[in-house]
Amino acid sequence: MDPKAFILGCSAIAAGLASLSGLGSGLGQGIAAGKAAEAVGRQPEAKGDITSTMLIGCALAETCSIYGLIIALILLLNNPLIGLL
Amino acid sequence: MDFTNQNLAVLFEFGGTTIYLTQTLLATWIVMGVLIVFAIVVRIKLSKFKAIPTGFQNVVEIMVEAMDHFTINTMGESYRHYGAFFFGMFAFIISANYSGMLGLRPPTADLATTGSLAITIFLITHATGIKRMKLGYLKGFVQPNVIFLPINLIGEVSNLLSLCFRLFGNMLGGVIILGLAYQMFPFLLGFVLPSVLHAYFDVFAGMLQAFIFTVLSMTFIVQKGSKK
Repeated sequence: MDPKAFILGCSAIAAGLASLSGLGSGLGQGIAAGKAAEAVGRQPEAKGDITSTMLIGCALAETCSIYGLIIALILLLNNPLIGLL
Repeated sequence: MDFTNQNLAVLFEFGGTTIYLTQTLLATWIVMGVLIVFAIVVRIKLSKFKAIPTGFQNVVEIMVEAMDHFTINTMGESYRHYGAFFFGMFAFIISANYSGMLGLRPPTADLATTGSLAITIFLITHATGIKRMKLGYLKGFVQPNVIFLPINLIGEVSNLLSLCFRLFGNMLGGVIILGLAYQMFPFLLGFVLPSVLHAYFDVFAGMLQAFIFTVLSMTFIVQKGSKK
């Protein structure tokens, strides 16, 4: 089998696997939004503060899925493994 | 489609290497030009200072006071003078993120820009720690036990890397998704539908990531500078 085709095929599978890191951020941000909704239900006057705190927490929890996205993008757009052939 | 930084022209060559004018460099110069022109306009229009502010002076004072209160709330009274630096950095990051709506490739979608911002914050953090705690600062690395030294060092590096990659990844994701959307939609729909994507990826994510960068940098500096 052509070595370059093999490396590109495996890179495509790896990019798909790296995107599974989105699972963690989806779960974490969903739990954060649930707790925020609970807190607003308990004290509706604090809605502005709760919303901004929840947004900050969501942006921080997004970081790890962005790492997975960066690995997938590097493998698809600028594959470093081809040059090692 | 190629989403990496394109070379637009050759600036100069020396030795055997050529320095190119890239899309990131052009966008950074335009953002710098806009901010410098705004600063000069503020200086000229406010040379006559009124005690009770009206109009333009009111707007500028609102921005400066908001940043001042925010710095005091986040960092405490003894770090009040850091607010000026963070205002400049926040203005640069948010202008750079919003330049994607004007047709430029945002400079923060390049690892060089975000890396240099993160390295600046890294140096300020450690310089603040050394200045405020003198040699007790090095003791912080061996708390609570000497075995923790490599873990603390890795923690420092991971702070730097996470700041840098968070901003880069968010902006590059926006660039790629909008590039694909403009390519896929038929021509007339391209005037209407991508505005929703711009509203999320450029307006909302740009503001949120600039704010998060500033808040996290302030938190790191306060953590390093305080005596336990």
